Amino acid sequence: MNIVTDATAIANPSSRRIAVDVAEVSLTFDTADGKVEALSDVSLQIAAGEFVSFIGPSGCGKTTMLRVIADLQQPTSGHLSVNGMTAEQARLARAYGYVFQAPALFPWRTIEANLKLPLQIMGYSESDQTILAKRYLELVNLTGFARKFPWQLSGGMQQRVSIARALSFDPALLLMDEPFGALDEIVRDHLNAQLLELWGKTNKTVLFVTHSIPEAVFLSTKIVVMSPRPGRIIDIIDCNFPRDRTLEIRETPEFMAIAQRVRTGLRAGHSYDE
Amino acid sequence: MTSSAAALSLPRAAAWRQHPLAVRFTPIVTVVAALMVVWYIAAVLMNLSLVRGGFEREEAPYTTMELIAGTMEAERPLLPAPHQVAGAFLDGVFGYAPNAPRSLIYHSAVTLSATLLGFALGAGLGIALALSIVHSRVLERSLMPWIICSQMVPILALAPIFIVVLGAIGLQGLLPKSIISAYLSFFPITIGMVKGFNAPEPMQLDLMRTWSATSRQVLTRLRWPTAMPYLFASLKVAITISLIGAIVAELPTGAEAGIGARLLAGSYYGQTVQIWAALVAAAVLASGLIALVGLAERMVGRRMGTRA
Repeated sequence: MNIVTDATAIANPSSRRIAVDVAEVSLTFDTADGKVEALSDVSLQIAAGEFVSFIGPSGCGKTTMLRVIADLQQPTSGHLSVNGMTAEQARLARAYGYVFQAPALFPWRTIEANLKLPLQIMGYSESDQTILAKRYLELVNLTGFARKFPWQLSGGMQQRVSIARALSFDPALLLMDEPFGALDEIVRDHLNAQLLELWGKTNKTVLFVTHSIPEAVFLSTKIVVMSPRPGRIIDIIDCNFPRDRTLEIRETPEFMAIAQRVRTGLRAGHSYDE
Repeated sequence: MTSSAAALSLPRAAAWRQHPLAVRFTPIVTVVAALMVVWYIAAVLMNLSLVRGGFEREEAPYTTMELIAGTMEAERPLLPAPHQVAGAFLDGVFGYAPNAPRSLIYHSAVTLSATLLGFALGAGLGIALALSIVHSRVLERSLMPWIICSQMVPILALAPIFIVVLGAIGLQGLLPKSIISAYLSFFPITIGMVKGFNAPEPMQLDLMRTWSATSRQVLTRLRWPTAMPYLFASLKVAITISLIGAIVAELPTGAEAGIGARLLAGSYYGQTVQIWAALVAAAVLASGLIALVGLAERMVGRRMGTRA
């Protein structure tokens, strides 16, 4: 499936450049139970500055999709370009920040030291590390927690730290794998609003994997609906709420209509038949 | 009046049991006291025939009380009574100048130096082996069987060979003992650190990959800190084994100094009290060494923000 992005779908007209181009990518795992087709002939183009959500039931390959783009997994066939480079080149060029399901903070490092870790690895100077750590801690509203250790923070705060860590080296692309999946609904709403604000401020391209239909509709400019066995794209829905949307838009008929279309897409994938 | 006094004194009587010192030490004191009772009874029973034989040889009349008293202070008892061991130990520690050949401090120091050098060598070797095993599958397959084999041969059989071979190339004294000690102590460290270096979560390793960290950076920033709890657990095992290695190494050399030498001399001359005193010295040394590792662990833990 090939989607030509509608120019009006993008808030920022200067960002029509293609950030991620996935062309006929397939990935088959060899497991003890035989071959599992995690991705089957997936094609997708994502323009710079977009917020794209991947939604689908467990095992539909949405996480695998993200891992392939991040060069954490190699596709069996197909082509992939990230910011005009191959996935590996993009990884080596540190073109993206990755946020996992869990915060995966390093427990022996303070919050500040956790934020500095990627910067240390990338060879930033000591003073730059301090400035950037401070700036991104401020961005996720955690100033004052710099000296704390991860276990002293709540789950939601830890996940915010991990988002700040992914942003700290200013990658053009943010890959997020169910970052709020383990959090309760109230914290999740709060973080969704914050993430949207962050996206508005930083103008990054965001690829966001989720289980939650409201979350996907609320956050995205584009929703990719996937179905399992084999993992494939069954629908791509444009979703053009204004950038400064608030949680209230979830009550509007437009929001309901898109959510309904996502739900229909998921059902059409026969995802829950087995 | 009396009933109210009883009612008042009752919670007070229970109060000492709540005292932190009582809470902390009552279990230990109870166990030690029970052990002492068992030990004394065993000493009486085991030394009884020895003492009775002594009386009968001299054809002296004796009472049961004299017999029991005799078992408590025999010169070469089968099982010395606790107070005899304590006396000999304290005498060995405080009774002589620290460099006198009869001083337990002198012998402990000799064994301690071999233990510490052996421990340092063993820790270095153990960590180096673990590193190479974690980083190379080939090395894992080729080294691991030998590492396990090395521990299947009893050290009592190996120690004399080591001493002879090392002696032939001119190594004597401290170093051969330390090498035997290291030979024993590297093993728990290798096993523990292989586990520790492989302990990072897949997510943390993936993160390092997304930052395209070098394998050296992955080691210093992720694998090494993750392995810290494993390191200290294996260091605690290794340091006691180092001590055992050093003592065992003193046996076949006919060493003149060291806890092992004291044990050997004691068994030559049937000086059971001396053997037990040397054993107590070894136990004290081992506890001290483990406490030191524990202290280091707590200090590192505090720096790494471990939850108290």
